[in-house]
Amino acid sequence: MTVASSSPPTRVRLPGAEAARRKTKDRIRERDGGGSGGDGALAAVFIAPALLGFLVFLLWPTLRGIYLSFTRFNLLTPAEWVGLDNYVRMVNDPIFWGSLKVTVEYVVINIGIQTVAALAIAVLMQRLTKSALLRGIVLTPYLVSNVVAGIVWLWMLDTQLGIGNRVIGAFGFDHIPFLTDETWAIPTIALINVWRHVGYTALLLFAGLQAIPSDVYEAAKVDGASEWRMFWRVTLPLLRPVLAVVLIMTVIGSFQVFDSVAVTTGGGPANATNVLQLYIYGSAFGRFQFGYASAMSVALLVVLSVITVIQYRLTRAGHTDLG
Amino acid sequence: MAAVTTTAPRTPARRRISPGRALAWAVMTAIVVITLVPFYWILRTALSSNAGLTADPSSPLPTGLTGGGFARVFGQQSTKEALAQGGAGGSIDFWRYLLNSVVVSTLITVCQILFSAMAAYAFARLRWRGRDRMFGLFLAGLMVPTIFTFLPNFVLIKQLGLVDTLLGIALPSLFMTPFAVFFLRQFFMNLPREVEEAALLDGAGKVRIFFRVLLPMASTPVVTLGVLTYITAWNDYFWPLMVSYSDSSRVLTVALSIFRAQTPQSGTDWSGLMAATLVAALPMLVLFGCFARRIVNSIGFSGIK
Repeated sequence: MTVASSSPPTRVRLPGAEAARRKTKDRIRERDGGGSGGDGALAAVFIAPALLGFLVFLLWPTLRGIYLSFTRFNLLTPAEWVGLDNYVRMVNDPIFWGSLKVTVEYVVINIGIQTVAALAIAVLMQRLTKSALLRGIVLTPYLVSNVVAGIVWLWMLDTQLGIGNRVIGAFGFDHIPFLTDETWAIPTIALINVWRHVGYTALLLFAGLQAIPSDVYEAAKVDGASEWRMFWRVTLPLLRPVLAVVLIMTVIGSFQVFDSVAVTTGGGPANATNVLQLYIYGSAFGRFQFGYASAMSVALLVVLSVITVIQYRLTRAGHTDLG
Repeated sequence: MAAVTTTAPRTPARRRISPGRALAWAVMTAIVVITLVPFYWILRTALSSNAGLTADPSSPLPTGLTGGGFARVFGQQSTKEALAQGGAGGSIDFWRYLLNSVVVSTLITVCQILFSAMAAYAFARLRWRGRDRMFGLFLAGLMVPTIFTFLPNFVLIKQLGLVDTLLGIALPSLFMTPFAVFFLRQFFMNLPREVEEAALLDGAGKVRIFFRVLLPMASTPVVTLGVLTYITAWNDYFWPLMVSYSDSSRVLTVALSIFRAQTPQSGTDWSGLMAATLVAALPMLVLFGCFARRIVNSIGFSGIK
């Protein structure tokens, strides 16, 4: 784009033409990141802090985490190589499988409901009103921490005094032990986190909707399409690439649930909400089994990578139907 | 043609509200209510007394209106008084934790945004060998879930002797996040090159151009990213929980969870707990209030595309 604007094609060799051509070549090289000299020294200075952070706190810990997963390590004595022991133990650990199952259950409920709700909110914001106030309101829960969200809902859903059960009682239903019952606890925590995150997800989707040209809707309207039909035939197909990216992001985030569980149920009752991160944290800091905790982190990383690849393939992310 | 097709079908829709639209508004209203009710309930409970809460749990207004909850949070009540009102006798050293949270969040936000912006500029506008390969490496970093680096980073922070310090909490996110680099690079890539060239002709160096021309032009994405980074740093719980052991480095989120753990299981001090919750959440709500319009308008526009 910038290249094209610099010089019109010249047939006659004018004095400035050679220089212009060289400039254009430079620009192409610049865009492609090639070239020798360039701004090497300056770039090195500019990139240095970020690179330091990247190497020391992201790349190195990733490699170290993988290494630690093959060791027995309690922080006090040097790590001792034990080969696959941690992984063997993990495969035979019913609590690990239980926590994986609970985590998946949480992710399915959380992402399922959150995605549908966020999509609904985004479409309503797009088709009904573009009020910035409304967008601000739906974002407010995102401003409080998971800890705050957990405590507030813990209070509202309290079996005895909580307003949730009062309302249910007023309609003549029995009290629901939201966070103290094995079947209710995970869905409840999943919904609490939907409350906190749905506004942010909706805003990301809303941004995607804004990119859809309005004349597509006008044309559909002229053809007599209903809002419902437009959603399925226009909005959803055109939003698919953005939806895919948002879905991958939220699923990865959702798998790392920790704060709200730690604050509300602490993993109980009877391990019913002992999500993977909580178990990893307990193994590391409760029992000082850093090697075993690292092995479970590796397992989580593998699960996330597989899911990302599958999702990416299934949703054909990156390909747009626009244009 | 355009005039005919746009005016004719529109007028009837404007005149009366269709059932579909009414339903849509009802749904939207319900969403707003569900979003805001918990905030009101925090306030209502914080201003109630524990005795009042037990006597009349479903009153929409504060029952037994009192500032006792807040007094307990700030440690303004004697232990005897606090116990009598249903507290655990504990308090949170609010101003200290607030200061800790402010220091950590500010440090992370300022450094992270500055360093990420510098890297983003180098990736977008400077020309150097291996640039694209290096950017690919940064992008791959987006894939690594934060939890994965927590344990090894904790070991590193411990070896550096920074456990239980504010620097220890801030350090891992001080330099960059792949997302911030990616987000700002997108913006710099889309700036017209002519701006830079004009400044170059005026004899400004590239460092000067970055700080005096490009960075000010990037104020909207920088503010958006800054506020989001601040909120994320402020609300972070897992990492500070790992690193801090004492008051010297305890941040508000961790303090809040400890306050919650302290309240007696039989007859939780809900009034005090909600006062503490409000106090912990308020700074971010105020911060957002100041930047809300700018943020809601720019989220996503340069982030995902």
